[in-house]
Amino acid sequence: MSFILRRGRLIDSTQALDQIVDLVVQNGRVVAVEPQLDLGAERFKDFEVFDLAGNWVVPGLIDMHVHLREPGEEYKETIASGTRAAVAGGFTAVACMPNTQPVNDCAAVTEFIRKRAETEGIARVYPVAAISKGLAGEILAEFGELREAGAVAVSDDGRPVMNSQLMRRALEYASAFGLVVISHAEDLQLSRGGLMHEGAVSTRHGLPGIPAAAEEIMVARDLLLAELTGGRLHIAHVSTAGSVRMIRDAKHRGINVSSETAPHYFTLTEDDVVGFNPLYKMNPPVRSCADREAIKAGLADGTIDTIATDHAPHSTLEKDTEFNLAANGIIGLESALPLVLELVRQGVLTPLQAIATMTCNPARILGVPGGTLRPGVVADITVIDPEQHYTLDCETFQSKSRNCPFHGREMRGRAIMTVVGGTIVSQ
Amino acid sequence: MHFRRKDLLGIQELSPEEIEFLLNTASSFKEINLRAIKKVPTLRGKTVIHIFYEPSTRTRMSFDIAAKRLSADTYSITTAASSMVKGETFLDTVKNLEAMKPDVFVIRHSASGAPQRIAARTAAAVINAGDGMHEHPSQALLDMLTIRDHKGRLEGLTVAILGDIAHSRVARSNIWGLTKMGARVIGCGPPTLIPMDLEKMGVTVRHRVDEVIPEADVLMVLRLQHERMSQGLLPSLREYARCYGINDERLRKAKKDVLVMHPGPINRGVEISPDVADGPYSVILEQVANGVAVRMAILYLLGQGERQETASGASI
Repeated sequence: MSFILRRGRLIDSTQALDQIVDLVVQNGRVVAVEPQLDLGAERFKDFEVFDLAGNWVVPGLIDMHVHLREPGEEYKETIASGTRAAVAGGFTAVACMPNTQPVNDCAAVTEFIRKRAETEGIARVYPVAAISKGLAGEILAEFGELREAGAVAVSDDGRPVMNSQLMRRALEYASAFGLVVISHAEDLQLSRGGLMHEGAVSTRHGLPGIPAAAEEIMVARDLLLAELTGGRLHIAHVSTAGSVRMIRDAKHRGINVSSETAPHYFTLTEDDVVGFNPLYKMNPPVRSCADREAIKAGLADGTIDTIATDHAPHSTLEKDTEFNLAANGIIGLESALPLVLELVRQGVLTPLQAIATMTCNPARILGVPGGTLRPGVVADITVIDPEQHYTLDCETFQSKSRNCPFHGREMRGRAIMTVVGGTIVSQ
Repeated sequence: MHFRRKDLLGIQELSPEEIEFLLNTASSFKEINLRAIKKVPTLRGKTVIHIFYEPSTRTRMSFDIAAKRLSADTYSITTAASSMVKGETFLDTVKNLEAMKPDVFVIRHSASGAPQRIAARTAAAVINAGDGMHEHPSQALLDMLTIRDHKGRLEGLTVAILGDIAHSRVARSNIWGLTKMGARVIGCGPPTLIPMDLEKMGVTVRHRVDEVIPEADVLMVLRLQHERMSQGLLPSLREYARCYGINDERLRKAKKDVLVMHPGPINRGVEISPDVADGPYSVILEQVANGVAVRMAILYLLGQGERQETASGASI
């Protein structure tokens, strides 16, 4: 497949480019990026041309935090449906968390995910393996073999590593294999029984609260352990002002840390949790206005490196129930991009920054290819119409699940073409 | 005025006028409970289903008596006797019951928000008989009625709610109701039992009960659950009784016409001493009596669709 993306606005911070260009894809690779190609030239004779005036052409978006549910909970999502959702939302690659059934804590499961992704996936899938066997927080998983099998990082996501000694050893041991350790920062004693952010709204609703400190204590601990060990630490789904402050300070002091947040943490607050609607139940919970503003500031100054969705599919079995019984988490692959574009329109992020948080930054953290459209690279490309107005309708989603609190929201901007390895997989 | 709600889910969403109307309607029903034949035909042919997924003696009996005195047919299911033990979800249980065409569901549930979820899915009226730590509207109404019976008003009174406010739906409903009706509410208890940002509900928060007692027109004493100790919120029952228990000695500093209230069940000797519970300031059993009248008023206003008239009870 050979084609030319004509007159799009190329936004690629790896080349410090934000300008109108023509981009040529041939044999799966980006072969030319030039301000104005002579389309009449003989060498372009058989190329399909897409006139993309008014649209953005960016490196394929990378979501470093999703749950694809396969193996084990295929009724919620599969690698096939999850990657379809990814490309529909403009993502060309996702990193999937290990809390499947069985847990991705051994090479056999990692290989299963990779093979399944090769045969049925339409986006790139990077498995994240477990820190501890069975996510039990007791014994380290076999990082060496997992790395060879294709794991790009380790995490006990969904469960914090409560044992500080084990976390220290994970950071040390992972560094031998170049693996980043992704921390789900939550003190389980402080959060126990909690159903939403602790504050005025939880008090009014009579719902047990989760204090910001439940996250921040573990962020502080893991930053100290990263400093102690020199290991590579990544803080997942940052939700509080205190976490942002500590990560900012740690970066200033040269600690090897990166961090992510999810669209709901810069979009929603505790005030959105009304009517006991389980679609607003997630862990960590959406927090106060002050926290939300701090998350935005953290994105703006680079304290938070990347926006990941924490795409967490659940069926009505888990979500259409009493608030206390409902599972945590929302899907995000097909709603993330327009919410990020809201940040651009609010002036929080420049277009270059916004795209960097979803492309080259996650690629750098995970050590995977992509995130750039330099000539010569594999053509993973996302085309965005930043102005398209529509009402988000989760019934049109490719994901198997519908647990999306943004259903019905007026959105502006969406991915109109997704290219993986030079093939147009969504349009 | 007309009371045009399908459900009674909480006091939070009621206007002061609606609260006043409910209290006036309840007042007019009290007389029925004093008759030799305590039954009126108001809800004849109506079906009331009590769904109590949490232990309850007082509230369940009170709603059942209220419904029967209005001639409704009443049925009752509890957790142990329901198909929930067979794995059916709460929503499915209610949908199945709804297929039998009841007019009113009275729901008690351990999860905050459970009746709200059901109310949105059923055509029947839903009365919240207590949901988790969220609301217990009929209790707040009977408490306000009892206070009004004695003080003639709610506006301008100082009501101290004492004890475990964090876990109390009774406290939350009373805070909404009393503040809407113009009373001043003081919340007093150990800091571990005061929920975050309680002040934002319009409550003055204090921690020393002896400083609060002289100011209060009403002392609303909350039950202390024994599990608060195992949760690490309190060191011991003994310490709680010593620092927060309402006893005769503490009451010496109270106003001479103070009312002592308790939603029950009481832990004698813990949050309230026997001499106070049975003493001259206590209106605890009046609360229970008013509970029947309040629940008759709620069932009357919600149970017969559009037919209800005025607070003077024209069609009783």
